[in-house]
Amino acid sequence: MLKIALRSLLHRRLTVCLTLLTIALSVLLLVGVERLRTEARQSFANTVSGTDLIVGARTGSVQLLLYSVFRVGSATNNIGWDSYQALAKDRRVAWTVPVSLGDSHHGFAVLGTTPDYFRHLRYADNRPLQLASGQVFSRTHDAVLGAQVARKLGYQLGQKIVLTHGSGEGALSEHSDQPFTIVGILAPTGTPVDDTVHVSLDGLTAIHEGWESGSASLLASSGVLAADESRAIPPPSSITAFYVGLKSRTGLFGYQRSVNQYPDETLMAILPGVALSELWQLMRIAEQALQFVAAFVLVIGLLGMLTALLTGLNERRREMAILRSVGARTWQIFALVMGETALLLISGIALGMGLLYALLFACRPILRQVYSLNIGIAAPSLLEWLMLGLTLAVGLIISAIPAWRAYRLSLADGLSPH
Amino acid sequence: MLLELADVTFSWPGAARPTLQLAQFNLAAGERLFLHGPSGSGKSTLLALLTGIQRPQSGQIRLLGHDLTALSGPQRDHLRADHLGYVFQQFNLLPYLSVLDNVLLSCQFSRLRRQRATTLAGSPEAQARELLARLDLAAYLTRPVAALSVGQQQRVALARALIGAPELLIADEPTSALDAERRDAFIELLFDCANAQQTAILLVSHDPQLAHHFDRQLSLPAINQAAAEAVC
Repeated sequence: MLKIALRSLLHRRLTVCLTLLTIALSVLLLVGVERLRTEARQSFANTVSGTDLIVGARTGSVQLLLYSVFRVGSATNNIGWDSYQALAKDRRVAWTVPVSLGDSHHGFAVLGTTPDYFRHLRYADNRPLQLASGQVFSRTHDAVLGAQVARKLGYQLGQKIVLTHGSGEGALSEHSDQPFTIVGILAPTGTPVDDTVHVSLDGLTAIHEGWESGSASLLASSGVLAADESRAIPPPSSITAFYVGLKSRTGLFGYQRSVNQYPDETLMAILPGVALSELWQLMRIAEQALQFVAAFVLVIGLLGMLTALLTGLNERRREMAILRSVGARTWQIFALVMGETALLLISGIALGMGLLYALLFACRPILRQVYSLNIGIAAPSLLEWLMLGLTLAVGLIISAIPAWRAYRLSLADGLSPH
Repeated sequence: MLLELADVTFSWPGAARPTLQLAQFNLAAGERLFLHGPSGSGKSTLLALLTGIQRPQSGQIRLLGHDLTALSGPQRDHLRADHLGYVFQQFNLLPYLSVLDNVLLSCQFSRLRRQRATTLAGSPEAQARELLARLDLAAYLTRPVAALSVGQQQRVALARALIGAPELLIADEPTSALDAERRDAFIELLFDCANAQQTAILLVSHDPQLAHHFDRQLSLPAINQAAAEAVC
């Protein structure tokens, strides 16, 4: 009986292949979307790790996260250097990394910080930043590029770059008097670090000397301030935010409280993990829309299968009558159609998953390079197995329709199909 | 008696009048009966009843002593697989199986016929080859069915109906797609093979010219009391 079913399928291979492909592509889309969603979410959650708190001027926690981590938007207020110094000296604090934002380079954010940034900042599973080439900045006019910046702009070590004052479309005035030298390029991380130009706080202070009014003063334009590496740079008057690592997680809420109640300035400290999930919540609608579309495509795929099976059935009435004449029971006719559909579904699902893995394998380098999305080739998750099982179950339930019809037809037709 | 019908009445669901009303109809073991039935005489209905596909509303149908009217659908299917060979008017074969596999199809659904074929020839496949050789099809064993002429296809169907030596072969207009010359040759081959294994033949046709080959002939309109009013 199985041999008959297989031969029959082979005989109708064009329709069968198309049906198979419909199921396979629907499954590919459904599981692919799910995979991309979880990976994107994971990648997103991986942006910051090892940092206990982020401190900035008081604003919304999502906004603070957006500008201090994702370099999106700008700070409404800065933190005074003295406040930073005072909070960094707290006995619960293990380390702090100050960040100063505001300038840009060809649309990429420029971040002023200290060499501690490269020592303490972590992403993904507590992975430290690594240099692909060169070294961390040590002099005032040194710059360390994120992987994407170097790749997209085609920069090499030793090249000189000019920073732009401010960011966005309106940023036109350039710090052309004080170019920076690229001394290091970071390895890709899949986080906003890849899209950042890192310079020292001193560097930022230096290029903004004489810019207190918002544009270059006569002194700044004259070039007197430029190119003097040995010149002593005073500490900046303020920074945008700072990352905090605590000695022990038990001090977390106590320290957060003392930041929030800091008397001299209105500041706030956020837990990056909490803020990240708040931010992800904002994207839920898009996420759900994607899932909805994928599920819908699967339903369409299954309906396509149903159509193909029902259409094929009429042409197979003769086949059924012959089988009946040699003694096939009606339930065997039912089982023939059911078994055939089950085979189609299982092969379709297997093919879909095969295609997914082939696609993941092929697109991995592109996804990582262009979208900074690090997709692992892992075995299907529990949820994915559940999706596949559900697809099979729904498919089998649907296939009872043509099977039942075949059963009825073979009863009614008997040996004389018309 | 191989086959006995008594006081059978059958009407299709929704039909106002019965399609078939038979007081009596018998077939002895090994007998060759020609049943003359023009279209509309209840021929298809009678065959559906004899093969156990349909069950009459009243009366008795006995095949080898089993009362078909008292058996369930699967039991009737089982009986058909074991004891009946069937040849359609045309399109007898599954297009995706080879000639040999088409013949062996009968043995797939009946252990009894597998056993009988093994007793007769050593194995079902051996008997299939034997029958096909006798029917002048030895060269076509592994050919796809589509490559065969209509006459050849009808002979393959014959081999399938006869493999495993069923007690009865029912043929529904098996020669209507053949020309006169090949028609007679077909009937001769049919008799030849059936005789060898004592299979009774019930051949239904609208063509009375075939009648002279048979032991006995009957006219279905004559014995079907419902025929006069029947529409089917």
